[in-house]
Order: sequence, then C-alpha cells, then structure tokens
Amino acid sequence: MGTIMTEQTQATDPKKPVPSQTENKPDIIRVEGMNKWYGDFHVLKDLNLNVRQGERIVICGPSGSGKSTFIRCINRLEEHQQGKIIVDNIELTDDIRNIDTVRREVGMVFQHFNLFPHLTVLENCCLSPIWVRKTPRKAAEEAAMEYLERVKIPDQANKFPGQLSGGQQQRVAIARALCMKPKIMLFDEPTSALDPEMIKEVLDVMIELAGSGMTMICVTHEMGFAKTVADRVIFMDGGEIVEEAPPHEFFTNPQEPRTQKFLEQILQH
Amino acid sequence: MKKQTVDSRPAGPKPWYDPRIRSIFFQFIAIALVFWGGWTLVDNTLSNMESRGISTGFGFLDETAGFGIIMSLVPYDATMTYGRTFLVGLMNTLLVSAMGIVAATILGFIIGVARLSSNWLVAKLALVYIEVIRNIPLLLQIFFWYFAVLGSLPSPRQSVEVADSFFLNNRGLYLPEPMPQEGFGLVWGAVIAAIVVVIGLRAWAKKRQLATGQIFPTFKVGVAILVILPTVGYLAAGAPLEWEFPALKGFNFGGGITIIPELAALWIALSLYTASFIAEIVRSGILSVSKGQTEAAKALGIPNSLTLRLVVIPQAMRVIIPPLTSQYLNLTKNSSLATAIGYPDLVAVFMGTTLNQTGQAVEVVAITMAVYLTISLAISLFMNIYNRAAAIKER
Ligand SMILES: Nc1ncnc2c1ncn2[C@@H]1O[C@H](COP(=O)(O)OP(=O)(O)O)[C@@H](O)[C@H]1O
Ligand SMILES: [Mg+2]
Repeated sequence: MGTIMTEQTQATDPKKPVPSQTENKPDIIRVEGMNKWYGDFHVLKDLNLNVRQGERIVICGPSGSGKSTFIRCINRLEEHQQGKIIVDNIELTDDIRNIDTVRREVGMVFQHFNLFPHLTVLENCCLSPIWVRKTPRKAAEEAAMEYLERVKIPDQANKFPGQLSGGQQQRVAIARALCMKPKIMLFDEPTSALDPEMIKEVLDVMIELAGSGMTMICVTHEMGFAKTVADRVIFMDGGEIVEEAPPHEFFTNPQEPRTQKFLEQILQH
Repeated sequence: MKKQTVDSRPAGPKPWYDPRIRSIFFQFIAIALVFWGGWTLVDNTLSNMESRGISTGFGFLDETAGFGIIMSLVPYDATMTYGRTFLVGLMNTLLVSAMGIVAATILGFIIGVARLSSNWLVAKLALVYIEVIRNIPLLLQIFFWYFAVLGSLPSPRQSVEVADSFFLNNRGLYLPEPMPQEGFGLVWGAVIAAIVVVIGLRAWAKKRQLATGQIFPTFKVGVAILVILPTVGYLAAGAPLEWEFPALKGFNFGGGITIIPELAALWIALSLYTASFIAEIVRSGILSVSKGQTEAAKALGIPNSLTLRLVVIPQAMRVIIPPLTSQYLNLTKNSSLATAIGYPDLVAVFMGTTLNQTGQAVEVVAITMAVYLTISLAISLFMNIYNRAAAIKER
C-alpha cells in the first residue's frame, strides 16, 4: 500500500495552481481591529485582515506569536474580546446560532489530526454530514468516498484511524473537513507532526485543493508550499501582523527587520 | 516427519531451552501444586471432622430452620428449611446489591460530571463529597445511617406521614401496595404492546434517517407511547388496581410495602460510598478523552450535546468500564457488612444463624463463597462482553 502511494504522488508532480484571480471577488472573511487576551496576556493585538473568496493565505511566524489563536478565532474555537470577525456575512458574536452556522461553513485541519479513534475512516467522514447536515447515510457515504478518493485513500475507508500512518490520518482529516462542503478551510500546521517522508503526500493534497478554488488560510512553515500556492503571506510576531505581502515579495524583499530575521533563521536550515 | 524438520531449519534449541516446552512444564508444575494443596486441605478437614464426630454433607438443607427473618422477598416462616433460609438470604443480598449498583451508578455519573463542571461551586461541592465520603470507613457510614439518622426517626405512633398513605418512622418506611385486580392482564398487555411499538419505532426512525437524513424525535415520542398505551389499557379495563394502605395496628404498622431501616441504611451507605469512587472513575474517563476530540467535533459544527453522545462518551466508556466493574464487585461484597446492623443478607442469615445452629461450617462457608464467586464472575462476564463491544481497534 505504502509503496504504491508514494509512486503515485511522485508520478503526478504537483503543478503550480493557477494564481487565484480574486481581485473582483467579494470578501468572505473580514477581521477588523480584533483583540484578544488570555487573562492579562494580550495575545492578539489589533488584527485586521480581509480575505477574498478563493484567496489562499499563508500565515507564518515564530512559535507563540499567536498564529493558532488567530485562526481558531475564525471558527470561534477561541473567543475574541474586541473588534469584529465577519465570516461569510455572519458576525461572530455570542449568538450560538451564528457560531454553529459559521462552523458548518469553515473546515479545520489540526496539527494532531484529531480523528475520532472509535469510528472508522468512513464514519469519521460521515458523522457530521449525517448529524448536522442531515444527509441520508447512503448519500453521505458516497460523498465521503469521493473525497477519500481525492485525498487518495479510498481503500482505507473501513479501517480505524489507529491503523493508519500519520500522513494518511492527516489526509483523512482533510477529507472529513471537506465532507461538510465548507467554503473556507483553515489549516493549523498540518504537517508539523508528520515524519518528513509523509509531509509531501499531505502538501500535494493541499495544493490540489488550492487548485480547486477553495478559500484557504494555512498556518505553516513549509515555505515551498507558501511559494507555490499562497496569494499572500502574513508574518505574525508577538500577537501582531508584522508584514503582509505576495510570496515573491515576501521572500525576496521583506521590509520589516523582524521578518528578515525570521526568514534568515528558517531558510538557513 | 522428524527428518523433515531437521532438513528445513537448523536444529532447534535443547528441549529445556525451548520457551514453549518450558512454559508447558511450569504450568504443569503449578497445576500439580494447586491440586496437591487442595487435596491435602480437604483430606485433613474431613478426617478431623470425622474424628470429632461432626456430620458432613448437605443433608442439613432439608432440616427445619426454626428461626424468623425480618425481611424476605419469598414467603418464609420459621417452620421452613435451611434451604429456604439460604434462598431468603441470597435474594436479600441480590436485592441490596442491585439497588446499590443502580443508585451508585446514577449518582456516581452525576457527581463525576459535576466535578468537571465549569461552575465553581458545583465542582467544589462534588469534590468535597468525593473526598469526605470515600475517606470514611464504610462500616462507620452504615452505622451512621442506621443509628444516627434512621434510629432517631420518631416512633410508629408519631410517624411522619404524607397523605395518610406514606409513613416514615424508626421501624421503616411504609408505602401503599398496588394490588392488581381481575382484568389487570390488559394493562400488562398494553405495556408489552407499547414496548414492541417503541422498538419498532426506533428501527423505523433509524431506517428513515439512513434513507432521508431526517431525525425523528424517538425519545420523546417513545416516552409518550410508553405512558399513554398502558394508561389507555388501564382505563379500558376499568381501572383494575386497588391499593392496600399501611395502617397502624397496635404498636406498629401493617399492610402495604415496608422498607425496613436495615435495608434503607445499608442501601444508602453502599450507594453513597460506591458513588464517590464511581465519580472519580467517570471523571478520569471523561478527562481521558483529549480536548482535541471535542475541538474537532466543534470545528465540524457538531453541537455540544451530540458531541458528548457521539464522541466523548463512547471513548470515555472504554476507560470507565473496567474499574466500574470492580466497583460493582466491591459493592456486592461490601453488602455483607449487613451483618453489623442485622439486615438479613446471605452472610447474616446463612453464614450467621444457619451456621451457628447446624455447625456445618465447611458446607455453609463453601456455599456462601461459591455464591459470591458466581455473582462476581457473572458481573465480570457481563461487563467484559460490553467492553469487547466498545473496544477501539488500533493497528
Ligand atoms: N489557553 C491559553 N491560556 C493562556 N495562554 C495561552 C493559551 N493558549 C495559548 N496561549 C499563549 O498565547 C500565545 C500564542 O499561542 P499560539 O496561538 O498557540 O501561538 P502559535 O500558534 O503562533 O505558536 C502563546 O504565548 C501561548 O503561550
Ligand atoms: Mg500553533
């Protein structure tokens, strides 16, 4: 199984997806003057960000700079205390109905996969469509199989997550999120818990997804991926957005000293 | 055959270095030791009893017992046999154990969840309950409920009463007893019909959900059917139920159902005590499900109540079941503390009075031990079956 997989992924070398033409698309995410505190600790400082439909954003920055906290605010896994977050024309407030609606439209992929270990791969994918979208079981399973094919593991559908490799689990997690047919996908360091040989299979799936026109926000340190798919790269440090630029500019001509220092550090390796 | 083996692979290790042969050899030794020990014990006891003129065998079970028992679930009086006292004691043990297991489970789950509540007061109250109750010896708690609480209730003449039909005093709790009259069979029929309908409804609702995705409110409708159908049956049969009310006769109450204070004290103490352990088991079970699991469910738009039901509880249960089983076993075995307050359980009735009167210690102890062993094995078996069904497959 494993060998066939790698051959496949190597054979279809990822082509650069067409740059997303989003200039005249409407904003799907608007973050305005957003602040968040953990107790006294000011973790996110006056963040502003507009993301157009179909745009692909990569967020990078040193550990502890608030990247995870920021994207977790977008589907309200974390609450913000000040400012506005508007997702698909719905403002995130305490209203539980808004939160549920937004979460249905926003898929998320976690660093540690967070698959449900007591359910098979197929059941993982169907759980939310069946219980939340109220899709008939058969239709949900058929749709799930399509997504599993897209992430190239249809033959693992009836296995349990614990029986899969890390890379396979992360691809299942992507398929599971896609099964809800989200408008936006959030990725929080999806490859940093993976062994090096598995990173590529997950990135390939993400690149393919980018090519399909999905709005994506990815926290990642995979600079190759950022160069390939990102429309904009955002650099965060100390809870602030320090710099924001298209990848070419970002990597060749960073403006801020903090960005320069960060890039030096990660590109040295 | 032998030749082939030699041909196909290098000569195996010497027999005494072969792990398989070694393990069979040591198991054989162990079994031999156990049998030798057991046989020596039985042989010694039998010859000792013979030399002292103690009769052996189970013939005493047919002899008349000649003593009264304050509570029995089957008809019993002093003219019946020791076999009957055994049955009475066994039923009383099973009753208090079953009641205790049900109450301790419900209470334990509630307190375990309360311990994790985000409400500070609720969480701290649960913590205090657990720490206090599980650190006081059970026997002390049984005494507390029996002597301090139930013993200080008023005498029968000053009973606490509700609506002339419920009476509480230091002799027990007296409740009206339902006495089914002719035609009550219709009600039982309606109950069975309701259960069948609800099972059918569940199957239909599940099938419909698979086919169309619509979710039917099975629980609410099911409860309604379970209530309405028997009620209709009851009224159709002309309300064939009369109640026998307890009434003061002389110094005590007669009629109705009596819950004796011995049972109440034992039940309360066993339930509260075991619940404190179950609460900790439930808490650690729920905590064992990582935060990432609930987050993943949230991110998929699954509401909290469904997350608990579909994601958290199924995973917590496999952590909870094994220690929960041992709490059930503990409760059953702890119920033998009944002797201390005179609740007529198996140990009090059979290993106590019956053994004293007959002197047949070996038989009585053997029967009693066999009973506890059987109950324990039955509980373990049941829980193992459940656990196997709930297990998670990994590699
Ligand atoms: N639940 C929390 N309570 C308090 N502080 C937190 C919590 N979660 C994260 N933090 C702090 O917030 C900061 C940003 O964390 P995070 O968003 O995870 O950073 P990143 O993903 O960029 O590494 C860190 O300093 C972290 O210690
Ligand atoms: Mg992070």
